[in-house]
Amino acid sequence: MRVRRLAAWTALPLAVTLGLVACGSGGDGGSGESDPNAAVRIEIAEPQHLVPTNTNETSGSQVLAALFSPLVDYDEAHKPYEVAAESITSEDNTTWTIKLKDGYTFHNGEQVTADNYIDAWNYGAYAPNGQNSSYFFEKIAGYDDLQGESPKAETLGGLKEVDDLTFTVTLSQPYSEFKSMLGYTAFYPLPEAAFSAPGELAEGFEQAPIGQGPFKMKGTWQHDAKVEVERYDAFPGEQPKVAGVEFRIYQQLTAAYADVLSDNLDVIKTIPTENLSTAGTDLGDRFLQSPASSLHFLAFPTFQEEFSNPDVRKAISMAIDRDEITRSIFKDSQQPARAFVSPAVAGYRENTVGAAGEFDPAKAKSLYQAAGGPSKITLSYNGDGGHKDWIDATCNQLKANLGVDCVGSAEPKFADLLTKVKAKQPVGLFRMGWIMDYPSMENYLGPLYSTNGSSNYYGYSNPDFDRLLAEGASAPSEEEAIKKYQEAEDLLAEDLPVVPLRFGQNNFGHSTKVKNVEMDLFDRVNLTKIEAIR
Amino acid sequence: MFRFIVRRLLQMVLAFFGTTLIVYALMFAGQGDPIQALAGERPVTAAQRAYLTEKYHLDATGVGGFFYRYFDYISNLLRGDLGESLTGRSIGDILAAAWPVTIRLALIAIAVAVIFGVTAGVLAGIRRASVFDNATLLLTLLVLGIPTIVLAPLAQYFLGVKWQIFPPTAGADPDFFALLLPGIVLGSLSLATALRLTRTSVAENLRADYVRTARSKGLPNRRVVSVHVLRNSLIPVITFLGVEVGNLMSGAIITEGVFNIPGVGFNLFRGIRTEDGPLVVGIVSVLVVVYLVSNLVVDVLYAVLDPRIRYE
Repeated sequence: MRVRRLAAWTALPLAVTLGLVACGSGGDGGSGESDPNAAVRIEIAEPQHLVPTNTNETSGSQVLAALFSPLVDYDEAHKPYEVAAESITSEDNTTWTIKLKDGYTFHNGEQVTADNYIDAWNYGAYAPNGQNSSYFFEKIAGYDDLQGESPKAETLGGLKEVDDLTFTVTLSQPYSEFKSMLGYTAFYPLPEAAFSAPGELAEGFEQAPIGQGPFKMKGTWQHDAKVEVERYDAFPGEQPKVAGVEFRIYQQLTAAYADVLSDNLDVIKTIPTENLSTAGTDLGDRFLQSPASSLHFLAFPTFQEEFSNPDVRKAISMAIDRDEITRSIFKDSQQPARAFVSPAVAGYRENTVGAAGEFDPAKAKSLYQAAGGPSKITLSYNGDGGHKDWIDATCNQLKANLGVDCVGSAEPKFADLLTKVKAKQPVGLFRMGWIMDYPSMENYLGPLYSTNGSSNYYGYSNPDFDRLLAEGASAPSEEEAIKKYQEAEDLLAEDLPVVPLRFGQNNFGHSTKVKNVEMDLFDRVNLTKIEAIR
Repeated sequence: MFRFIVRRLLQMVLAFFGTTLIVYALMFAGQGDPIQALAGERPVTAAQRAYLTEKYHLDATGVGGFFYRYFDYISNLLRGDLGESLTGRSIGDILAAAWPVTIRLALIAIAVAVIFGVTAGVLAGIRRASVFDNATLLLTLLVLGIPTIVLAPLAQYFLGVKWQIFPPTAGADPDFFALLLPGIVLGSLSLATALRLTRTSVAENLRADYVRTARSKGLPNRRVVSVHVLRNSLIPVITFLGVEVGNLMSGAIITEGVFNIPGVGFNLFRGIRTEDGPLVVGIVSVLVVVYLVSNLVVDVLYAVLDPRIRYE
């Protein structure tokens, strides 16, 4: 999910004083009786879009998660299991057969068929439709024919209907973890009513999307105010335990926080930075933390002479005390990271960075001097994300531990930083972050470090790494794929193109009127678990 | 009077085009990469970039591109079409949803300022150097010294969260009571200024010749104050409040954000943050009209308050 991808949040938790209460993931909390006829109120920001293939931010995907049921969901070990699909199978990792469960209907009564998926995906992949998540379909055969200003084809050649409830997906290259991708928002089906003509979305569909999920729209999307949904009784899957959800739109998290404190709102998905330090006292056991998929790191422009030596990069990594910064600046609202993939995916191992991840100022300094590192280091960041504090702290550590001069350099927005990085201007080290699209190691490795990776801004290129990724993609089983990806991750530890610093966490809270509030790895509240208290 | 109003209306047309040109130029010059700004830190696909670039003529750059886009915008504006924001919503719709709540909020703020500010100002003016006068001086200085960005969250925390007297946020379709706290917060600054202005003005006018004449005619004190003094004292206050109407409509960015009221300031803030040029220019164009009209109304009110003022 490219939700708030590439880093950091608008509200990077920078608490000011101590006082976080660490709670386990998931939330019990209330002891009152559950009320199945009550609605709950959940904070979101104004969604940009409510069309599955056009929605790639958390607020929109939170609403769509209520309206739609995904083909797969993820279990405790982050492995996919079928939800709306009966089975998803492949002999060769290239042609995938997706069989749908019988009995699913859209909220307008239409039966869900294979064509509903095919039409929706074709619409999403067709470039002139300008859909934000179109790149999710790039692995499907025929995707290239749908690109450009006047594409050659209007439908993906790789999608074929077999019968009403079965269709096949042919990929242009084998990909062992295709099933993991299918849990993402972009892969929801659309009813016939969504289209005014083949390939043309009906005007106003976005204002009241029709899905096949546990909730249906109640009225229309009231911009800047709220989106209301109510339980869809004909939903054949697991029924939610509340009658409806009001997604209330906030522009400022502090306002939502004040509402949670006074029980005017039930769930706030991100506790605002300035309130993190007091949330433990304000909310007690209603302040919760759970792992999130984000990874924050400092990237080296490896194309620059001064950072081309891996020893220089390792020395810098060793001179940074991650634990100290996570504790004193982030007040444990994030976790120190010593791996290139997040604990949110299967195949994660602690400490893959190895020796370079251990804080060792003496060794760092001698290694740095031996490798001839530059005498001045710049750390570039975007000034609108609350990054100044930890950048300055990191700089101070580098100054003290390496004996170099270090300055933090702020660009107004991440877009400005990216422009400079793409133009290969000397910005020094720059901060980045990553939020997964789907739970797979590949998603943390491919886009970021493969030679042609979409977000490989540091010019890192290692043929062995590329080869291992390709082998992983075509591996016959997921276990074998993970093995290849882990080998690839080990190569990164040797080259260290980036310094992993921290893993993100969901810091969320709820009112006294709800219980069983859980957040998934996509920053969404689990709507089948949440219960209202009578 | 009629000729004066026509002349002012004609001037307003010029002022309107002048300001939209400047605002458009500022947005244009300050625009980095609006497509990336919209996406935040996510990468933007080529297809999406091409789609938005074509839709909003973002490839038209430089001086020529600027005038091309400006005239395109103005010609649409004259046809009553404010265009679409970068997320594809009609700006006309956004404003139609935002204005009612902002106007209600501004009216409450103005009412607070007039009712409490002017009344307390008159009292303080009459009883100069009394305990009441000194107390209001202290209080107004305090309010003037606290910026809204501090005052609004404090009021929300104490009155909304801690003592639960008011709802902490107002939301999209608030009732009068929910808007009262944000209205008071928003109006408090105007209240303080209106109070100081009225007090000074009343205190000064009380020593004027015509007041002495009125008193020596034997008029009761109540009539002297309410008719003679107040009417003459209100001119500076009206000038201030007229300008303040425009300020309150546009300047509620902080208050609307803190109390989650999706009004004009709320949308303006989002437009600026996401570099949504069309949205910002659309809102500012309408705000310009609000300022111009409120200034005109103030000028006309002068003549009503003081018959000696004549417009030709």
